[in-house]
Amino acid sequence: MINLRVNGTTRAVDADPAMPLLWALRDLLGMTGTKYGCGIGACGACTVHLNGQAVRSCITAIGDVGDQQVTTIEGLSPEGTHPLQRAWIANNVPQCGYCQVGQIMQAAALLQTTPKPTDQQITDAMSGNICRCGTYQRIRAAIKQAAELGA
Amino acid sequence: MIAVENLSRRNVLRGIGIGSGLVLGLRVGFRSFPAGAAPETNFAPNVYVSIDDTGLVTIVAHRSEMGTGIKTGLPMVLADELDADWNRVKIVQADGDVKYGDQNTDGSRSMRQFYQPLREAGAVARQMLEEAAARVWNADPATCHAQNHAVVHEPTGRRLGFGELVEVAADLPLPSSDHMQLRFKPANARRYVGKPVPIVDLADIVRGRATYGIDVVVPGMKHVSIERCPVYGGRARSFDAKDALAVPGVEKVIEIEAAPIPSGFNPLGGIAVVANNTWSAQQGREKLKIDWDFGLNASYDTATYRAELEATAKQPGRLVRGEGDFAGALRSAARRVSADYFVPHYAHAPMEVPAAIAHLTGNRCEVWAPTQNPQAARTLVAQVLGLDETRVTLHVTLLGGGFGRKSKPDYVAEAALLSQKLGAPVKLTWSRPDDIQHDYYHAICAQHLEAGLDQQGHATAWLHRTVFPPIEATFQPDVTYGAAGELQQGVTDMPYAIPNVRCENGAAVNHVRIGWYRSVFNIPHAFAVCSFADELAAAADQDPLEYLRQLIGASRHIDLPAMGVDYPNYGASLEVYPIDTGRLRGVLDLVAAKSGWGQKLPARQGRGIAVHRSFLTYVATVAHVSVGNDGQVTIPRIDMAVDCGLVVNPDRVRAQMEGAAIMAISNVLYSNISAKDGRIVQGNFDAYEVARTDITPDTRVYLVDSNAPPAGAGEPGVPPTMPAICNAIFAATGKRIRALPIDTTQLKAA
Repeated sequence: MINLRVNGTTRAVDADPAMPLLWALRDLLGMTGTKYGCGIGACGACTVHLNGQAVRSCITAIGDVGDQQVTTIEGLSPEGTHPLQRAWIANNVPQCGYCQVGQIMQAAALLQTTPKPTDQQITDAMSGNICRCGTYQRIRAAIKQAAELGA
Repeated sequence: MIAVENLSRRNVLRGIGIGSGLVLGLRVGFRSFPAGAAPETNFAPNVYVSIDDTGLVTIVAHRSEMGTGIKTGLPMVLADELDADWNRVKIVQADGDVKYGDQNTDGSRSMRQFYQPLREAGAVARQMLEEAAARVWNADPATCHAQNHAVVHEPTGRRLGFGELVEVAADLPLPSSDHMQLRFKPANARRYVGKPVPIVDLADIVRGRATYGIDVVVPGMKHVSIERCPVYGGRARSFDAKDALAVPGVEKVIEIEAAPIPSGFNPLGGIAVVANNTWSAQQGREKLKIDWDFGLNASYDTATYRAELEATAKQPGRLVRGEGDFAGALRSAARRVSADYFVPHYAHAPMEVPAAIAHLTGNRCEVWAPTQNPQAARTLVAQVLGLDETRVTLHVTLLGGGFGRKSKPDYVAEAALLSQKLGAPVKLTWSRPDDIQHDYYHAICAQHLEAGLDQQGHATAWLHRTVFPPIEATFQPDVTYGAAGELQQGVTDMPYAIPNVRCENGAAVNHVRIGWYRSVFNIPHAFAVCSFADELAAAADQDPLEYLRQLIGASRHIDLPAMGVDYPNYGASLEVYPIDTGRLRGVLDLVAAKSGWGQKLPARQGRGIAVHRSFLTYVATVAHVSVGNDGQVTIPRIDMAVDCGLVVNPDRVRAQMEGAAIMAISNVLYSNISAKDGRIVQGNFDAYEVARTDITPDTRVYLVDSNAPPAGAGEPGVPPTMPAICNAIFAATGKRIRALPIDTTQLKAA
């Protein structure tokens, strides 16, 4: 058994330590907010936080998580009212919405270290996250708005 | 004709979760495009709107939500006409069932086909509630008006909520010509149509609570991953599953028989690894040892194939449109221009990979799928299981992107077959490499264009030859020529005022599954036609905007059938949706005025312009690009003017255009599917590149205020934006882009 600290709760999973965190979350813990997109860390759909840092859960083995705090979209804010979530709603960012949880988790990690990001800092932080619907313009606007709201 | 049916007292509704109240269905029959299915005329009881005695209005969304906002947009139309309070409207996604009429969500036609029927359903419900109130009050119905979820008696100010009226309304006859005339709200009384309304799933999406197909959980379900033959049409001779079965979590390995090619919607077949979690199934696959018979397409090589297509495009083809005397006009032209264009295969790569959940118990199958084509999915599941279709329940989930991929239900049938073989509920999840290497690809396409210009630079002769493997070849053997529905997308619908025209189509044999990809054949054809128009402007030494205005010519309706062209007009009437060069010119002028066209730019920057009608919508784009000395392209700004007729949800139309700009950038700068030895070379987003945030322009969208009937929004933004970008690169560098994706090493400063 491997103990994972997910959104403040310790959860035990019976799995190969090599299993990516993504699949442990989705298939073993029933937390489907975190999405599969590519399996090689190339699209960002599976982004979660480990101790506040954005990581790709599809290439993070559960055996390597240790006692680090895992935060998923379900745990980003208790009421789902993180400034980024509010800004995402205000800007009507999502189209299909599938990649947006990964985008929000990536942006949340950015705002933690860089509360007022420049355009270039947004580009650098967000270029690993693909949105095939092409909502990037609104994602950028929402990040700036959330920064104003004081994430 | 009113298409609404009063179902309030129908016994058939018992047990489907609809309480007593006012319940209305729609009589719907629409020809589907491009599959060409017969129109459905049989009416089966359905439910489009119901109002219960608490006043809750439930509206059925029968089209699939893949990001266009249609699940919000169509109910807006009904709720508006009903004068319902949007906060008291619940929207329910319909299962796949012919009783809902056409559910095949492709071709940018949901609003076009269903605006009017849903408007009628809303108007009927409103008038029945008004009539009910009049009866309760013993008042003149003309003095009773719906107002924000209630009916008000104007002389006295009395008021009854919708919920208080449904029992009386349920027994009323439908409005008809001999009872009460159906009335529609005037445009200035609209509550929602024409106003930006957030999509109904917005809050769930940003909280990770929205359920896509891949997220559905059924107790006891097995997770499956399938190894398919890397070559289209191949099959397994034999396989050794010993090592795969040794992977922890793997429970079984079973074969799915390959369908003969052309395989259509049928599963490709392969070796399925069954496990108690997705990752174990994927790990097990890597341990499979399979001896493949690669079949007929094992030598498919896109480099060789491209040369074949280009050679065909140099030869005369089948004439699909002809006016005047092209050859004579070319001979007498003061100047001749010719160019060849190439567009590769693309993969759809929706962020949610194909996935489906199926549970066969006895002779009933329940399926959950992110599908654009719910009825085709249901029919296919019934076929592969040997069940009557009524035994299959197909639930439509949210789609994590579609772009045409999820209108093909092969993956849904795979899940159903596996549930049958395993006797258990099954979740099938494609991997990203599965998705990219076993897609229904956008057709690879070579084109040859020639034109003759007179002394003033006016075009007098136009030749357009296109060669591509047709989509129909995915479904029928020996199809090598394009269908009228494919050639109308930027070839036969050429809108320029040129007297001598030849449009031709050359034959091509397919070697992979070819399928609809957002904007479909408008992609290669608008790229070629709008690039070539820019080349003609350059040859005539004229401003591209002025030249386009002159090419488009006088405002007129182009009647292609009268000119002998087999022109389906996207399945719509030409009287209602003409090819209107006035509207083409309108969006061109609008985008020119808004984009700063003609204003000076620094060195190695340029603007490009293009205009194209597709899916009955007119879009003009100006792209502003900057090309670094190293050849790297950046796109500071894109301006798009859109005339799609009546706009229901303007914010979602804008969003579709913003997204179309990004997809156009992917198509011109990054994406490319190539094949070698029958295998697709690219396997994931590291090699199959798509646009990311770093290339994102400031996209500005201008919507024409139009009373024309609603037309497409999902697809029309892509086609003109691709050549606008390429024309801008020409303006910036003098280098003409004739093959995609752009080789930026050719754009380095001298």
